[in-house]
Amino acid sequence: MDISLFLVLALNGIQYGFLLFLVASGLTLVFGIMGIINLAHGAFYMLGAYTVYWLVGYTDNLFVAIVLGLVIMLAFGYLLERSAISFLYKRDHLYQVLLTYGLILVLDEMQRIFWGTDFYSVPVPQILSASVPLTETQDYPVYRLFISVMCMAVAAGLYLLIGRTRLGMMIRAGASNREMAQVLGVDIGRVFAIVFSIGVALAAFSGMIGAPVSSVYPGMGEQILIVSFVVVVIGGIGSVKGAFVGAMLIGLADTFGQVLLPDFASVVVYAVMAVVLLWRPQGLFGRA
Amino acid sequence: MTEKSTPTRRQFVAGAAATAGLAAAGGFVPARVAIAGAAPVKIGILLPYSGTYAKLGEAITNALKLRIEQAGGKLGGRAIEYLAIDSEMSVPKAPTNTNKLIKKEKVDFLVGPVHSGIAQAMAKIVGPRETPIMIVPNAGSNLVTGSLCAPNIFRTSFTNWQPAYPCGKVMADDGHKTCVTIAWKYTAGRQMMDAGTDNFEKHGGKVVQDIQVSFPKVEFQAQLSEIASIKPDAVFAFFAGGGAVKFVKDYAAAGLKDKIPLYGPGFLTEGVSKAQGAAAEGIRTTLHYAANLDNAANGAFRAAYQKAFGKTADVFAVQGYDTGSLLIQAMDAVGGDTGATRDLIAAMEGATIADSPRGAWTMSKAHNPIQDIYLRQVKDSVNEVLGVAAKALQDPATGCKMA
Amino acid sequence: MSESRTVASLLLAAVAGLALFPFASDEFYLELFTHFMVLGIFAMSLDLLIGYTGLVSFGHAAFFGLAGYLLAIITPESEAMSLWVSLPVCLAGVALAALVIGWFSVRTSGIYFIMITLAFAQMTFYYFNENVALGGSDGMFIFTKPTVGIGGFEIIDLGDPTTVYYAVLASLVACYLLLSMVLRAPFGRVIKAIRVNEHRTRALGYDTRRYKLAAFVIAGTMAGFAGYLEAVSTGIVSPGHLSWHQSGLVLILVILGGMGTLYGPVLGAFALGLLHDQVQDVTVHWQLVQGIFVILVVLFLPHGIAGLVARLARRGAALAERAREPES
Repeated sequence: MDISLFLVLALNGIQYGFLLFLVASGLTLVFGIMGIINLAHGAFYMLGAYTVYWLVGYTDNLFVAIVLGLVIMLAFGYLLERSAISFLYKRDHLYQVLLTYGLILVLDEMQRIFWGTDFYSVPVPQILSASVPLTETQDYPVYRLFISVMCMAVAAGLYLLIGRTRLGMMIRAGASNREMAQVLGVDIGRVFAIVFSIGVALAAFSGMIGAPVSSVYPGMGEQILIVSFVVVVIGGIGSVKGAFVGAMLIGLADTFGQVLLPDFASVVVYAVMAVVLLWRPQGLFGRA
Repeated sequence: MTEKSTPTRRQFVAGAAATAGLAAAGGFVPARVAIAGAAPVKIGILLPYSGTYAKLGEAITNALKLRIEQAGGKLGGRAIEYLAIDSEMSVPKAPTNTNKLIKKEKVDFLVGPVHSGIAQAMAKIVGPRETPIMIVPNAGSNLVTGSLCAPNIFRTSFTNWQPAYPCGKVMADDGHKTCVTIAWKYTAGRQMMDAGTDNFEKHGGKVVQDIQVSFPKVEFQAQLSEIASIKPDAVFAFFAGGGAVKFVKDYAAAGLKDKIPLYGPGFLTEGVSKAQGAAAEGIRTTLHYAANLDNAANGAFRAAYQKAFGKTADVFAVQGYDTGSLLIQAMDAVGGDTGATRDLIAAMEGATIADSPRGAWTMSKAHNPIQDIYLRQVKDSVNEVLGVAAKALQDPATGCKMA
Repeated sequence: MSESRTVASLLLAAVAGLALFPFASDEFYLELFTHFMVLGIFAMSLDLLIGYTGLVSFGHAAFFGLAGYLLAIITPESEAMSLWVSLPVCLAGVALAALVIGWFSVRTSGIYFIMITLAFAQMTFYYFNENVALGGSDGMFIFTKPTVGIGGFEIIDLGDPTTVYYAVLASLVACYLLLSMVLRAPFGRVIKAIRVNEHRTRALGYDTRRYKLAAFVIAGTMAGFAGYLEAVSTGIVSPGHLSWHQSGLVLILVILGGMGTLYGPVLGAFALGLLHDQVQDVTVHWQLVQGIFVILVVLFLPHGIAGLVARLARRGAALAERAREPES
């Protein structure tokens, strides 16, 4: 492999890693802090993409549509937590798995009823539609760079939110010891509702921002579900830093695997996860 | 889309009771319908109505019903009862779904599926039986009308070989010497890549790299960089649905579209060219249909389809429509007597679908269409015909004992 | 009558009902119930891990599908093979796979166990999905049914749906009894202790990892048995049989039916299957109804469907108790 292909692949891998982090960030929050194995994460991703498609139709502006869409998804997540998820905290975690499975079915059907079975596209905004030349034959779309920048912003935002704010403190307290936090006067129910709605919004956000690249179609959420779990688990549950490292690891391994080991490309991701878990059974940054 | 109008809901109660271990099983015995001249013809449909391929299931079903409606809504003078089941694109569920249509509903005709694995599971059940007659309106697995061919299994769509093979010559004719093939790593992808490669190399071309993407991944950056570094004359690609949209868009966004022309079986742009937008403009593909084919049947069909469903017809709708035509011809030939299985099969084998939107086609001995494959190019998001890439193309039907 | 005895007699009645069912059923429902019972065995085997050992496997379908593939590979195209050969070969192959996967997997726990089992199942999935010689993504046929003979006499004809039904029913009962026995044995008490508190169990001197591995192999082999039965009755196997969707489905059956009861997962298989069957007759859009059903069960039946059965049994027992009181 020549050096230029190597560099291009490294860039692709890192960029894919950013994308994976964005998709997985909401999951690691909900998963790590609330202990919920949220199978509907992919469905929220899909819902985000459809919502932004729908709103772009009215506003004709991707950025406005994303902001409006995020408000809708935050409210949706909050309501969902209050009306269903919140009843399950005292019960075995597996009932949440069952509930979120039911949610997938309902949300898929909602999508079909509202938007039908067609494939839709969301245009890339004019100011981001250019490409920069990468090699003599390959260009790099500016919009992909924009996605990477947004991912970094999300990573920084989450890091600050959890590490530096009062809400973050309550979240951490609630995650490590729910009863104790409650005794100390933290309204843990509300905190969890907020965390869940942020998780939903993050999933939806990645669907929204990815929509111009991937287009919008039924079943699109399913493809990201498993890989999101892989990223979260490799990093160690609940660790934003871990999810970031895990996403980079998977992004690079997958990209290079496709070219260097084409016969094993499909299993590289899973092999990496298995090796990491055998080496560190709690993930890279998980608490033992 | 409720397909059945005569449900016996008490079965549900009985089901619940049996589950509780009460064995109230009497409710499951189905009421026997006397098969008289007046009884409706039962058409069982097993297609995807949920998930990524729901659009295909919908288009096929709509066009099938449209065709029969245009012929007076009857088959051989008998009314019709449709029984549609969502295949869920699941092979493990296919035996149960197929059995339900055959053994419980006792359908006369079985239309489906989209997924080749399901087609094989259905063929496994239908093949050894006398009835029903199965008509495949999409799934392209070479085996269905190859080594698995059977007297009561017909196909109105294509084999994976058919739309891919002529494309190899098209690329060579356009002056390309080298190409890279890229497809998902699954059976349909493999069969199409093999067919295209075969013909490209027959005409002096050389495939310099065969890239396979794990199914159903839609992240293509690594492969695009690989293509960019190889710099072949052309790229031969097969993807469908969401993968096709994403691949074509990514290919254009990487700036490859104007440097290395993209070719492929028509599914690369069929039914998704609108979502692909400018990225699809100018791409050349080969398929057994094109939107602006100049024949009277096509114009009338597209107008009727648009009017009835408010959507643009695509090749999947055409396949459903022709399934209807085949049923009408065969049932007319036997005067509506579904019991005359042999005559029905003979009528289908001898059928010429003269008024097909894709142009007239006939049935091969292996029960697959002998049809023209068109060279098409995307213009303003429409797959427009440039010419005939292969005239009356017949699948080799390798391994079929009837051919 | 105590609650457990009421449940036991309900189960006996259910088995009797299932035994009589072929007399009242048509061929379709006979085959459908056969399929439910196979899924029941599959789900029951997973319950040994989830409900008793506390190991949630998200890759259980690997063993289900692997057995089918092994059968498809060893069965010749034209000549039938004896069940006495093919069944042990398939089960041994699956047990070996479960031993290898389990050996790695039991090193982790909790969610990490879920994901590592998924990883191994996905690798198995891609192996078959991309192997052209094994039918690739479309799968394989099992061309001939196994023969079951003793001393040259054909005793069971697996080509006959009714015979297959009874063979599967007998298998279901046998698997239930086998697992009940395993759970009553000292081994069963240890794995239950692991579920409650693994640290303490280890402190008591038990090599918990070895016990977990043993449970994993038993469960995997039984899933393989279910996969074998499914492959025999349908004649096909595909990558879909060992996909994560299938692993997810069986997990859902266990939780829906009721974890840690053995019979609950079987109820789950019947309940979800019958619901799907009935909704399918009305509309092709079964998802909404099934989704709402699942959500309602989660919210209103805290211990799954088996929990409802147990509650009814408790109430029945209490009523019987009260009815007896005046006499004493």
